[in-house]
Amino acid sequence: MTDMKTPLAKVRGLGSAKDGTHHWWLQRVTAIANIPLVIFMVISFVGNVGKSHAEWVAWLKQPFASVLVILFIANFVYHMRLGLQVLVEDYVHDHGTKIASMLVLTFTCVLIAALSIFSVLRIAFGG
Amino acid sequence: MAEFSLPKNSRIGKGKTVKAEGASNTRAFHVYRWNPDDGENPRMDTFEVDMDNCGPMVLDALIKIKNEMDSTVTFRRSCREGVCGSCAMNINGKNGLACTTAIDDAKGDVSITPLPHQEVVKDLVPDLSNFYAQYASIKPWMQTQSTTPEKERLQSREDREKLDGLYECILCACCSTSCPSYWWNGDKYLGPAILLQAYRWLIDSRDEATGDRLDNLEDPFRLYRCHTIMNCANACPKGLNPAKAIAEIKKMMVERKG
Repeated sequence: MTDMKTPLAKVRGLGSAKDGTHHWWLQRVTAIANIPLVIFMVISFVGNVGKSHAEWVAWLKQPFASVLVILFIANFVYHMRLGLQVLVEDYVHDHGTKIASMLVLTFTCVLIAALSIFSVLRIAFGG
Repeated sequence: MAEFSLPKNSRIGKGKTVKAEGASNTRAFHVYRWNPDDGENPRMDTFEVDMDNCGPMVLDALIKIKNEMDSTVTFRRSCREGVCGSCAMNINGKNGLACTTAIDDAKGDVSITPLPHQEVVKDLVPDLSNFYAQYASIKPWMQTQSTTPEKERLQSREDREKLDGLYECILCACCSTSCPSYWWNGDKYLGPAILLQAYRWLIDSRDEATGDRLDNLEDPFRLYRCHTIMNCANACPKGLNPAKAIAEIKKMMVERKG
């Protein structure tokens, strides 16, 4: 089929999505939140190097530690989800493949976050 | 999907070599050639140009090649002084204007190809229809509702200065065609040149359609495909910074959210 549309009709397409700023802003917000959270994770994990399993568990059972680890997981995975969405939008052009990729991406991110947070809670509340 | 290799009919072969008879001081110019009418693949022709009888700029060499060595070499040019933007092309891997790029800035041979990732009309002439349509889509003219003043539309000195670094853009497309994001999504992403032009109207104190202009740009693809790669600022032959203009648009988007 010959495409008879004018270049301007193609460029205007379906119009502006009136969206994008929220995604862009959240990516920045989660990036900023990641700074203290990553510093906390690195310092804590480096500080615990060489300790026994029981000592690790005892560390994670502290309310402050488990809450911050959970916040780190949630923020990190959300930031990852936003960033990978941009990657899919950049490189996957077929509409069907794009939607399928986004679904796989979202479900995988939710699964990673749920499993990680559940693990922390289990240690925090476990006997 | 994004394509990372050229389709079969776009693979570049080796072309002819034209020597400069009787010249001692020569420079080799490898020029991209493609003719839509002969059904052949593109090729790189080599022209050995007599530098003792050639102007200093890459455009001088191209004009000399067309005049004296092969009249079928096709390229756009007009003002030959960096004002019109016609002779934008890729010179030794960098987009620029042939008329303001000195031959001596390159060491050794000079390779010239059309602006990257655009359809080629012939040889060094890219098809910029999409680029121009994108320019039209941002309505690059002053939009007002207030009664037209009897004389000029007044603007303070400070507001006029906000247009510096924007009005100089000559729409040569060097920046947009150097942008990987524009390569992959040029059908929907407006690209650095058009976004810089859009900002030129957004920041103009005399324009009354700022909100409508922002509405038109607020889109994951039209604006937010810019990932601050900065090739645009590197490529601009006028020394402008489209990436900064895009960042300013993003700031306006956030600002109007409150």
